[in-house]
Amino acid sequence: MKKTGSQILLECLHLEGVDTVFGYPGGTVINIYNDLFDSPIRHILNRHEQAAVHAADGYARATGKVGVAIATSGPGATNTITGIATAYMDSIPMVIITGQVPTPLIGNDAFQEADIIGITRPVTKHNYLVKDVKDLARIMKQAFYIARTGRPGPVLVDLPKDVQMASTRFVYPDTVDLRGYKPSFSGNVRQVENGVKMILASRKPVIYVGGGATLSDASPELLAFAEAIQAPVTTTLMGMASFPKRHPLSLGMLGMHGTYYANMAVTESDLLIAVGARFDDRVTGKISTFAPHAKIIHIDIDPTSIKKNVRVDLPIVGELRDVLQTMVKKLVEHDDEVKELVERTAPWRTEIAGWKKKHPMSYKQTGSVIKPQFVIEKIRELTADDAIITTEVGQHQMWTAQFFDFSQPRTFLTSGGLGTMGFGLPAALGAQAAFPERQVIDISGDGSFQMNSQELATLVQYRLPVKIAILNNNFLGMVRQWQELFFDRRYSQTCMELPIDFVKLAEAYGATGLRATTPEEVEGVIRQALETPGPVIMEFKVAREENVMPMVPAGAGLNEMVLAS
Amino acid sequence: MNHTISVLVENEFGVLSRVAGLFSGRGFNIASLSVAPTLDPSVSRMTIVTSGDEQILEQINKQLNKLIDTIKVIDFTGQDYVERELVLIKVNAEEETRAEVLRIADIFRAKVVDVTPRSYTIEITGAPTKIDALIELLRPMGIKELVRSGPVVLGRGSKGWKGSE
Repeated sequence: MKKTGSQILLECLHLEGVDTVFGYPGGTVINIYNDLFDSPIRHILNRHEQAAVHAADGYARATGKVGVAIATSGPGATNTITGIATAYMDSIPMVIITGQVPTPLIGNDAFQEADIIGITRPVTKHNYLVKDVKDLARIMKQAFYIARTGRPGPVLVDLPKDVQMASTRFVYPDTVDLRGYKPSFSGNVRQVENGVKMILASRKPVIYVGGGATLSDASPELLAFAEAIQAPVTTTLMGMASFPKRHPLSLGMLGMHGTYYANMAVTESDLLIAVGARFDDRVTGKISTFAPHAKIIHIDIDPTSIKKNVRVDLPIVGELRDVLQTMVKKLVEHDDEVKELVERTAPWRTEIAGWKKKHPMSYKQTGSVIKPQFVIEKIRELTADDAIITTEVGQHQMWTAQFFDFSQPRTFLTSGGLGTMGFGLPAALGAQAAFPERQVIDISGDGSFQMNSQELATLVQYRLPVKIAILNNNFLGMVRQWQELFFDRRYSQTCMELPIDFVKLAEAYGATGLRATTPEEVEGVIRQALETPGPVIMEFKVAREENVMPMVPAGAGLNEMVLAS
Repeated sequence: MNHTISVLVENEFGVLSRVAGLFSGRGFNIASLSVAPTLDPSVSRMTIVTSGDEQILEQINKQLNKLIDTIKVIDFTGQDYVERELVLIKVNAEEETRAEVLRIADIFRAKVVDVTPRSYTIEITGAPTKIDALIELLRPMGIKELVRSGPVVLGRGSKGWKGSE
């Protein structure tokens, strides 16, 4: 039996196991939306295409599955770009479907036409313009395969209206054959053996974990590896929840706003084992003084990540889970040497314990003004271990990374690479759609929140009980902090002078709004929010000029951090 | 230092812009680029001349390999290869220089492919250094127009790559 392009598209999504898509209808996707009526797939109508893509992204980050978003041609498609770029920078598996004007009109500057293939080329792992309905099933199969394998990433499929309407016999291919795309999965065994040798010879090893550990679901292997060699573990923002922060070997986050002890450990280490991380400038600080005494082992699925920013002594290309499993196996074979290693590195762990004692992460909640860090610690205290936390971008994001001790993978969803304000609320929406029973909390600032606040409507409409904690300082706090420290306190355009009544805003959408203005009220507000069904905004009036510390000034070395302002 | 890289890619629309975008997006330099289908019409072969230090060249190779449409990347750095470029040169040929232009062309085994009372168009094929030498000799006569194809290369020896493995 013949099927139309739009039917084939939905059939492919169904066969790929997609149960929820996020999107926004329009002229060139109207056929898809018409056929959605007859499909088992749930569609969530966001209020902006950017939010639809972030929601699909949040869904993907929380579940590990491929997130799917749909948008119409022209402005619908261009609105997706920030969402796609966010997913691309953090390697999130997604398939984005955009409508396109009918093929005879492409290139004619038709109504709502945009060259979305050209526009998204640098921010997608791959993209396709479907010109013939006969290619559609193959392209969809490839799109999902490319999105989820190797180093994951977003794939865009641009589907002209006439292709959606054309019919053909539908056969979904069983396999994918791409002669130019063969991601390697298991690391080269000899390289792994060399890595083991380097580890066994080390005195001051540090494991540095990035987002790859989450993407490859390698948390158990990572834990086994770290415990086997008793090496301290520091994570990036993206690697945060893949290693339990309360573990004695945990050093927390490294880099610009990392802990004193993580940055000291990296600076003093003689062997840095990078696990699914890419040596971002926010992590390394000044490259020439980054880990100056260390040999570097770099394990990553993506060869382009290796030797891109720093010298690497031993590259291992492969899926982290596989490589770490093999590594642990090889370590077991060298049982005696591992024992020696653990003994030899005991003084190293003592030295680190000293740093932890000397400069722990701290703040003081004194007086009648709420400290933002206090709110984050309270949220941690009152939520379940499997609560999913999302953030926007800025000071609140860094405080969450510093003061929330995550213990389970895929519980911390944040825009690490692109640093997209407005990500957290729609991402929380997507995560809640995937896990209706779990606590999902968006920790936000007053600036970021207003970049996608229209999604309150989506939350209320679909009864998605996301709790939003707005740390309101009436500032674009992170930029203000930089202005304070590096621009002589000239607060150019960072004061959000119009105070917004977030409680009333919540109520306008049919959500619940709560407010705390003193430290004593904080716990009550959080408790009440968690007990209230449906979406809730918690507005916390926090100290206006609190700074995120420690801080490595841009361009300085990790050992040149400023501990307090 | 210049490096020559051959890239075998899927012969599909948009592939050229993926490769060009990769270079421009990362600030890599393209000195020349030539592209045409291979014996297998589903595969195109690009020859790219680029420059950069060892680290940049490694990134270029890896980034090219990362493109889904890239089937194979051959970096000719440090390898033995044959390199040829085709050039058409329209050069002034007035009374007093006509004979000299022909003599120079002859020395380089270049062909005259178009003649007018005031000009010759000369075709030459060869390694880029040979072509540079010819251009220097013709320059005093007055070059009106010139087009270079950019070099194409093949590795020396009997091993070949036809388009599918």
